[in-house]
Amino acid sequence: MQTVDIAFWASVLSIAMAAGTSLVYATVGEIFAEKSGVLNLGVEGMMIMGAVSGFAAAYHSGNILAGVVTGSMVGGLMALIHCFVTITLLADQVVSGLAITLLGGGLASFLGQRLGVDGTPLVGLIGPRLLQIRIPYLSDIAYIGDVLFNRDIMTYSLYIVVPLVAFYIRRTRPGLFLRAVGENPQAADVMGVDVVKCRYFYTVIGGVFAGLGGVHLSLSYTPGWTESITGGRGWIAVALVIFATWDPIRSVVGALLFGGVNAIQFRMQAIGTNVPAALLNMLPYLLTIVVLVIITYFEGLRKKVGAPDALGLPYIREERV
Amino acid sequence: MEGIVKDFPGVRALDHVDFIVNRGEIHGLLGENGAGKTTLMSVLCGLYRAEAGNVYLHDSNSNSEKEVVISTPRDAIVCGVGMVHQHFRLVQSQTVLENCILGIQGSNLVVDYNAIENDIIELGKKYGMEINPEAYIWELSVGEQQRVEILKMLYRDAEILIMDEPTAVLTPQEARLLGETMKRMAIEGKTIVFITHKLDEVIEFTHRSTVLRDGKNVSTVETGNTTKRELANFMVGRDVVFSIVRPNISPGNYVLEMRGVSVYDSRGVQALKDIDIDVKSGEIIGVAGVSGNGQKELAEVATGLVGCNNGSIYIGGQDMRGCSVDGFIKAGVSHIPGDRIGVGLAGNLPVSDNLILKSYQIKEICGGLLFNKRFVDEYVDRLIDEYEVVTPGRDTLARNLSGGNQQKIVLAREIESTYRCYDDARLIVAVYPTRGLDVGATEFVRSRLVQQCSEGAGILLVSDDLEEIVAISSRIAVMYSGFIVDVVQADCVTLEDLGMLMAGESL
Repeated sequence: MQTVDIAFWASVLSIAMAAGTSLVYATVGEIFAEKSGVLNLGVEGMMIMGAVSGFAAAYHSGNILAGVVTGSMVGGLMALIHCFVTITLLADQVVSGLAITLLGGGLASFLGQRLGVDGTPLVGLIGPRLLQIRIPYLSDIAYIGDVLFNRDIMTYSLYIVVPLVAFYIRRTRPGLFLRAVGENPQAADVMGVDVVKCRYFYTVIGGVFAGLGGVHLSLSYTPGWTESITGGRGWIAVALVIFATWDPIRSVVGALLFGGVNAIQFRMQAIGTNVPAALLNMLPYLLTIVVLVIITYFEGLRKKVGAPDALGLPYIREERV
Repeated sequence: MEGIVKDFPGVRALDHVDFIVNRGEIHGLLGENGAGKTTLMSVLCGLYRAEAGNVYLHDSNSNSEKEVVISTPRDAIVCGVGMVHQHFRLVQSQTVLENCILGIQGSNLVVDYNAIENDIIELGKKYGMEINPEAYIWELSVGEQQRVEILKMLYRDAEILIMDEPTAVLTPQEARLLGETMKRMAIEGKTIVFITHKLDEVIEFTHRSTVLRDGKNVSTVETGNTTKRELANFMVGRDVVFSIVRPNISPGNYVLEMRGVSVYDSRGVQALKDIDIDVKSGEIIGVAGVSGNGQKELAEVATGLVGCNNGSIYIGGQDMRGCSVDGFIKAGVSHIPGDRIGVGLAGNLPVSDNLILKSYQIKEICGGLLFNKRFVDEYVDRLIDEYEVVTPGRDTLARNLSGGNQQKIVLAREIESTYRCYDDARLIVAVYPTRGLDVGATEFVRSRLVQQCSEGAGILLVSDDLEEIVAISSRIAVMYSGFIVDVVQADCVTLEDLGMLMAGESL
């Protein structure tokens, strides 16, 4: 009985890994943006644009790398719009983010109908996809070997990227500046940190990561292009940032949890437990609210792991305080 | 600095200002609120861009003056100019150390915390400002945070330190310590610009001082050759009356009575303990005490912001138990809050809206759904005029005015909103009404309060300025740890006596 249980959880984890990869990319990207004080609600739009452009590029060139690069660049470009509107023009970040999500959704759908061969739709085309690479020996470890070491290259990259990002934000000089800009741009500015440049940079990086998240969907998780391929994953990523309390490492746990929710649902039905699907789908958001309540309620906790103080606020140097 | 001009929308904040500071001196920069002190220094440290003017700094290589262009804070730092802002510019969630190295481009990507920690400790020892580099800013007291602000500038080898009203947030002891630190820094060869409007400190700390008025340099003098009175005259451009006579009318009916009032704060600590106090019409009751001994709560109870847990409150003889704030206002209570910017004003609304915030129920202002625009404009313009609010116009946002003018708006609104309706039982609760104001504005606010009092209002004056309390109150209630220790007649008490009472001693 016990072995069945472990096998069950291993298979759930395996699906969670596959589903969670795009979430981790998008979430890490959003952490970058929010740490610099820019709330980017356009993640969903950036992801779906990354997905459609990445798939189209990979399909036409036959080259996976071309797809990945294109998708990430398109995500970055979308973020650049957000930067210009919110950092240079000082418009409201929520409004701009929502607009970009809507824009991305519409534009991706439009492009999806045109970017196939000779202006035909992309839907139904089969293009190149990221292959799972089995790492010898390591993948033979009982239960977890297959889960951790039989994945595609984008998932493997995260094994390095996530700890690197966490270290970068916590311990390096530029990471310190990044945090300062998000917490108190006035303070950072008088100390000679270029607030505008910093916010532009990390928001665009965030867009690149969101694009990569989209690319992973259309080139690996559900290969091919379908309308609304992201299915709200961009929003989950935004929620995940809070759930992970702006920490890249914790975002992985969250992504696995959130990504695994669907997997659990299928498996649970298979073994006869009947939890309503709607309830499970709700779980990520419910947990996010719980985390939000906890970190808001306890003051000490809020100061340590709460949202950056200047999140969502435009910065104007000459404004009187 | 030579011929500096800076315009804000509708106001010329600096009008061809020349400002010269010698190396190694402590230079006082004085002026009323809105005279342009902070603006001038913000130009020097790259926060504001001046419309015209040049900046020259001493160049140690050629040992002569050299023109520099400072258009960003980064430029200023490179030139060795550092500013300690009035509202600290510290990242609360980071440590002292992290705040110190912010913005410094090091050769190493990964921060070497141990080495920097030692540097900061050394630096702190050298200037007598020891502080734990690993402490988070939010754990520190205001005085300690200020040390971090200074240290982080010293850590970057700032040669010229600008201190923007550094003593405004400090206790007298801390202020004295800061004075010692500044002197020590001057001996080490640092140049210090000390912005203030406390004349005592100028006399005590500075070598020379410059007075600004209305964006112009009025005078630069050797501090040793001047007097407080002369400086004050430069600041306001006329002779200043330092004492205001308290109103001399016999008290009338009770406007405020508190009987056995107790209040517990949000942490469950008893903030007010069995308070008995009364204010009569035509009387100013000063409330003295070291801050945090219940004055804030007393004012909140008197204005209905906080309900009392025990005891009863009467406004004009009317039992106020269970009344909302609106009920208190309707009973004739005006409130000049201690936190002018956070509570007193809606900074993002124009002056006009702020002035009518409490009068919208008056028929002429708002007949039903719509404001009577013409009447409102006239009303607002009249108040701006009567209360001498200096503003480009009634549509200027309140947050863009100087502190003194903001306070005049609050004063105008509070007095006028009750003035027309309740001439018999009016209570004005004024909390720190002149805190942070310059000499001119302070004088204005006090005289208006006294005038209101002689016209029949009762005033509860909470202040940390003992001279102010003694100058205009009829009776003084001294608070200590939630109790009213004693109520004394203002004309037969000395400051020393008050000090004893504030420390919880009895006379």
